[in-house]
Amino acid sequence: MWPILLPLIGTILTFLFKRGGATTISLVMVSAITLAVAGLTRQVLQQGEQYYAVGGWEAPLGITLHADGLSVLMLIMTTLVGASTSVYAMGYVFQGPRAGSAVGGYFFWPLWMFLWTALNVIFLSADIFNLYVGLEILSLSAVALVTLEGKPAAIVAGMRYLLASFLGSLAFLLGVALLYTASGTLELNSLGTRMLSNPSSGLALALIMLGLALKTALFPLHFWLPPAHASAAAPVSALLSGLVVKATFYMVLRLWFDVFPAIATPAVAQILGALGAVGILWGSILALRQPQLKLLIAFSTVAQVGYLFLLFPLSNATTEIGMDAWSGGVYFALAHSCAKAAAFMAAGTLVYALGSDRLDALPGTFRRYPLSVVAFTVAGVNLMGLPPSGGFIAKWLLLTSALNSGQWWFALVILAGSLLGAGYVFMVLSRMLLDQPQPIANSEQARPVTLATELSALALAVFVFVLGVTATPLIALLRIGAPF
Amino acid sequence: MSQFQIYGLASVLIFSIGLYGFIVHPHLVRKILAMNIMSSGIFLLLVSAARRDMHAIPDSVPHAMVLTGIVVSVSMTAFALALTRRVVAATGMAALPGMDAPVEAAPIAARNDEHSRDLDRVADPVAVDRDDTHLSV
Repeated sequence: MWPILLPLIGTILTFLFKRGGATTISLVMVSAITLAVAGLTRQVLQQGEQYYAVGGWEAPLGITLHADGLSVLMLIMTTLVGASTSVYAMGYVFQGPRAGSAVGGYFFWPLWMFLWTALNVIFLSADIFNLYVGLEILSLSAVALVTLEGKPAAIVAGMRYLLASFLGSLAFLLGVALLYTASGTLELNSLGTRMLSNPSSGLALALIMLGLALKTALFPLHFWLPPAHASAAAPVSALLSGLVVKATFYMVLRLWFDVFPAIATPAVAQILGALGAVGILWGSILALRQPQLKLLIAFSTVAQVGYLFLLFPLSNATTEIGMDAWSGGVYFALAHSCAKAAAFMAAGTLVYALGSDRLDALPGTFRRYPLSVVAFTVAGVNLMGLPPSGGFIAKWLLLTSALNSGQWWFALVILAGSLLGAGYVFMVLSRMLLDQPQPIANSEQARPVTLATELSALALAVFVFVLGVTATPLIALLRIGAPF
Repeated sequence: MSQFQIYGLASVLIFSIGLYGFIVHPHLVRKILAMNIMSSGIFLLLVSAARRDMHAIPDSVPHAMVLTGIVVSVSMTAFALALTRRVVAATGMAALPGMDAPVEAAPIAARNDEHSRDLDRVADPVAVDRDDTHLSV
């Protein structure tokens, strides 16, 4: 309950006091949410799955909240990325039509708190209509955050994002309506037990998966993501790539294993996996061709989303292999969330400092901004999937399950994606480490950066390595309420 | 055919009409209208599902869903319209440029006109021809 209420209170307070004290209120709220999530984690660890009927109304009529290992892990991920992005945003100078007046900065806090509310609603709901409401709040606040930047490119990208995401929501809502018509319930578990294999529920599965794939930017529905993620302000890009995409993926995961097991055939899983595989290759190849740093990172998100969808065909095996694939996919989401947010934060610092986001402007940055370059490097190691990062553990689990379930072609794609990932990360790093200041990056034009932005990115990046070491307890947490 | 089946088919038909309109029209206001038509289709399905059995008391859960859906749809429409104004102010067009087209700032004239002529035309989608999405003078 508290993980949802606190950010909502934060939204209202930061909106009311947006000219004075919004940052202080946000800091207090971030600490309070961290405590609430820690409390819930402890409860789930000690007592197992938790259910909570909102307002005392039980399931057929009321809305149920539900926390198991998966939701708690997602909450922890949101808290980590959210807290470091908040620190980052305090040191970040928002650009926009009224640059310097910090208007973008004022509105960032209420919108971000609203986004956080939506994320926590999605991670804790056990009611499919409540998931829909969370989804709408999520897209509304995410689009508003993209347009904060105020440049024409950001406005157009925001509009495209809004249309794509509105369409996805409508498809999802039609699917929900069909499911309710067929089964007369909205609660996830009872939906799962009442699921019958007929054309209407098949259509509902197709609509819901299509709507969520559009919002998660699964190939070939990824067209809206790169412009939106690349043109947003740096802390917003970090939130979008780190958290928003993961929330819709979480919904796919939750619905796939709780609601649709009766009708989700291996063929559907293979289609999702195949689209994910093409997305890995396509996103990585396009990332290699980008001349701009933030666009490159955004295309890398398209590629990494592909890995998440490999979970579906790979988990379709014996319990042991399925559990490997399932925890590999979830762990991948967790590691990617921290790494990609750190990469966007470090890149945002450099882009602001250099006044350009072209890769050609990068030489000489290591000497001037070593902290940010180190943060980007550490995040890049995770994107490549090298040990000891969290991304390595996740890819290892996915790879093992691909080989053990005899689907070696997915193993090939995982390896090829890692190679291509190494390609685009080194493409950036080689320029960053070049010690040859170009005219564009000379010291008169370079703007000073704050320590808050550099350190928050670095802290989050270092956490990616912590994820590589703490895998065992986290995967044990994931087993609480797991479908295997 | 039962009454519910008629309504159900009609709602899917309305949804598809909206989807068609959403895909073929580049004008942003038309797209927003098309999405409202799609949501109406979904609401019709839910409302008719609430009273499938003509002799029983109507189910109240779909009613609550439709009410929530209307609230969501109104806020989304308001936000989308506000964003459309920003798109017109920024680019001088009430349609999205192609994916690979560079996004440039609108000529100053188009921006100054934003509050008078151009927005009137955007607000009246029926008067705007499909090819006539370029609003700058």
